[in-house]
Amino acid sequence: MIRFLLLFSRQGKLRLQKWFTPLTDREKKKVIRDMTMLVLPRPPRSSNFVQWRDLKIVYKRYASLYFCAGLEQHDNELLALEVLHRYVELLDKYFGNVCELDIIFNFEKAYFILDEFLMGGEILETSKLAVGATMEEADTLQETMEEYMSKPAY
Amino acid sequence: MLQRFVNTSNAMSPSVPLQEMIRAIRSARTQCEERGVIQRECAAIRAQFRQADNGGRSHNLAKLLYVHMLGYPAHFGQMECVRMIASPRYSEKRVGYLGAMMLLDEKQDASLLITNSIKNDLSHSNQYVQSLALCTLACMGSAEMCRDLAPEIDRLLRASNSYIKKKAALCAVHIVRKVHDLGELFAPAARSLLAEKNHGVLHGAVVLITELCERSPETLERFRKTVPDLVQIMKGLVISGYSPEHDVAGISDPFLQVRILRLLRILGRNNEAASDAMNDLLAQVATNTDSTKTVGNAVLYETVLTVLDIKSESGLRVLAVNILGRFLLNNDRNIRYIAMTSLQRIVGTDHNAVQRHRGTIVDCLKDQDASVKRRALELSLALVSATNIRSMMKELLLFLSSCPLELRAQAASGIFNAAERYAPSQRWHIDTILHVLTTAGGDVRDETVPNLIQLITNTSELHCYTVHKLYRALLSDISQQSLVQVACWCIGEYGDLLLRGECQETEPVQVTEDDVLDALETVLQSHMSAPATRGFALTATMKLSTRITDNVDRIRSIVSIYGSCIDVELQQRAVEYNALFKKYDHMRAAVLERMPVIEKNSPGHTNGESTREAVKEVQPAKVKQAETLLPQQPTSQVCDLLDLLGGSEEPLQPNPAVGSTVPVLPISTSSTAGGDLLDLLGGLEPTPLTSAPTVTVYEKGGVTLTLSSEKQSDSGLTVTLTACNSTDSDISSFTLQAAVPKSVQLHMKAPSGDSLPARGAAKVTQMVALSNPNKVNLKMRIRISYTSQGSAFQDTVQVDSFPEH
Repeated sequence: MIRFLLLFSRQGKLRLQKWFTPLTDREKKKVIRDMTMLVLPRPPRSSNFVQWRDLKIVYKRYASLYFCAGLEQHDNELLALEVLHRYVELLDKYFGNVCELDIIFNFEKAYFILDEFLMGGEILETSKLAVGATMEEADTLQETMEEYMSKPAY
Repeated sequence: MLQRFVNTSNAMSPSVPLQEMIRAIRSARTQCEERGVIQRECAAIRAQFRQADNGGRSHNLAKLLYVHMLGYPAHFGQMECVRMIASPRYSEKRVGYLGAMMLLDEKQDASLLITNSIKNDLSHSNQYVQSLALCTLACMGSAEMCRDLAPEIDRLLRASNSYIKKKAALCAVHIVRKVHDLGELFAPAARSLLAEKNHGVLHGAVVLITELCERSPETLERFRKTVPDLVQIMKGLVISGYSPEHDVAGISDPFLQVRILRLLRILGRNNEAASDAMNDLLAQVATNTDSTKTVGNAVLYETVLTVLDIKSESGLRVLAVNILGRFLLNNDRNIRYIAMTSLQRIVGTDHNAVQRHRGTIVDCLKDQDASVKRRALELSLALVSATNIRSMMKELLLFLSSCPLELRAQAASGIFNAAERYAPSQRWHIDTILHVLTTAGGDVRDETVPNLIQLITNTSELHCYTVHKLYRALLSDISQQSLVQVACWCIGEYGDLLLRGECQETEPVQVTEDDVLDALETVLQSHMSAPATRGFALTATMKLSTRITDNVDRIRSIVSIYGSCIDVELQQRAVEYNALFKKYDHMRAAVLERMPVIEKNSPGHTNGESTREAVKEVQPAKVKQAETLLPQQPTSQVCDLLDLLGGSEEPLQPNPAVGSTVPVLPISTSSTAGGDLLDLLGGLEPTPLTSAPTVTVYEKGGVTLTLSSEKQSDSGLTVTLTACNSTDSDISSFTLQAAVPKSVQLHMKAPSGDSLPARGAAKVTQMVALSNPNKVNLKMRIRISYTSQGSAFQDTVQVDSFPEH
């Protein structure tokens, strides 16, 4: 399973954090620090896999964001690269040419998309189209509710 | 708009919409400014939380979550999450559940409060609400919550739409991870899910079954029956037509394929029947999968892992290893990296197959990437064998000289292990170790120094070669501590060979005593030398005092200087060596003799009591044997004396302060011995001893020993022994030992020196104080030992009468 998924900028600013195992705040901060220190200094054409403690770290840089996942020993690293890529594609589809600012200003949406793609550290939906469709429907539901709420009570 | 409308009616601090707040935070120029903005916002949010439902709650919580992501405390939002989750509005539930996943975990008490909400939402009429509950449960559900809600999840696994089923499946996975027993509950539902067509559900089912099988061997047995079904599904994916929904670069749903392959691996392990059933499929996937893109290689990789783990046909195995071999040649670093990881796993079982790719693996040592280098190093070390040791070592040593720092220790120790196991010759072994010490001396482990010393002592024919090489290394660089320590030790031990000049294996070089002492003094004085290294150097200097002839005084002065050194360890050594020079000079040669061959370490042999000065220079490995072996010579000498004189005399007892070369041996006083002595001395009257003119007591081989005595008191007598060398060659390491009858006390003072130059150029005198309170007949047996022309001589003479006044 994937233990955690982190998105951070080239300056090490955290943009998204998803933890699939329970950790204390302190532990989380330590992991984040370690990941940024592990990944950011690596030269551009290095391999995308690093061994860290008992986990395999798979990371990929997309424009100004680093996508970093921690895997267990029996997980397939090459597939994890595909998982990261798929997530970027989903974001791109949803936001239309996604960039870091989209993820900053709409972080809840980024989480919602992630929650339609991964769950409990495993892949939930393998179809690109299905995730997009679900997000649309859920957003509609939310807007509908909000519209409803904004109607006056009388 | 709604937000702003509400807020203008709010008399408390103004609050802004989420996006505005984010903008404000980002435009803060300093950390301080940012903190200010955040504090203001948090205060507003807190206030809002306290208010009644104002329709803007979800925005407030969202703001709090953003602040939380920046690293600021947000625990005051936990209760708000609980409230939001209980709200009937979807927008609020959505953010509430998100907040719960971010702020609550199973350790917080508040997490229990949402159990009920989750329970209710699991049966909500709207699937998106259900999905929120499932997602949150799978993310942070505690064991208690899991136990509580498991039956509900099972129900959803069976009777709901695909969207919910796939979420329920992964939720069940989480539950099983938290509460292992509940696996039993989900097994039947999981089985039936394999018949679904929806890929999401299938994927979830495969993950769930994998989890169940990994946890319970009985469940594993039962699920083996599903192998044909899995094979069928897989076949469908591999040969099916193009499915736009699931296609990734020409591979149909690689995620599902990989998970199925993994499950097949678990089911086929250790089971012939299951392995057979999947053989064809694996061969098909291995051959037909397009390997031009990462995604294809991901599937191939999983296939290879499966083939190598189950009981596959040999042909299939070869195919798998060849795929790994192809991976090794791939341009993509990632592929090379995982190829080596996989090869590492099978290097034990399929050694020959991996050996075939040794060349490529060794080439990867030169890769730029640190991860690839590391893998290549581990694999290369695993591939070293007796046949390829020479070529592999060349590559490994080359690697060591340019490898990144974090790998040096591993490389060095790997090289040592390989060298130890497969060294084709001892000289090669020593050369290799020396090479490592010169390149990476700072990264080797501590045991290297004693191990190397032991190796060197064991190769006696190479002593000359080794000491020359080490001396040269010492001259060029004294920064590598391990190397310097070994070099000092060798110079101290084999300095005479160094000075001799010629050596079979290396070019001859003239080394003078001053050169050697200069080198050692440089080490002693250098600020680069660690305290332990300086200890080595000092002891080596001291040892040279018995191996050189001209510069003993220089050594003496070095030693006495360090007697006031600030380093306590050095000071102690220097003081003791000083004493060895002054009071115990007669023992110096014996103490500083050549070390005997060290036996192979017995592990865990801790040296309890310190084994004295003479063996202090080397730590554990040496010390433990020194206890037993080193003192042998002097011990045997003492024993001999005991034998000679019937065992009833006092053996030569070195002063404990100097450090006994003899561990305390019980003095055997055999009853028969007494008899002998009595016989020897029986009947003789004690004759008063007075000082008398010199008498020659020994003359042989050009060495003359004369004795004169002077009466000090009624029972005290001082005997002076003078030695002279009339041969044409110098004598070195000249020592005298004496034994007297039982009741006589003997005290030997330090001799004037231990070398007798040729043709009587100088003499050695030694005073012996005797005390004869019982006035027995005084006899003395003297043992003379010296080295002349490279050979050791030993002789004994008995003095039966002392010259009278």
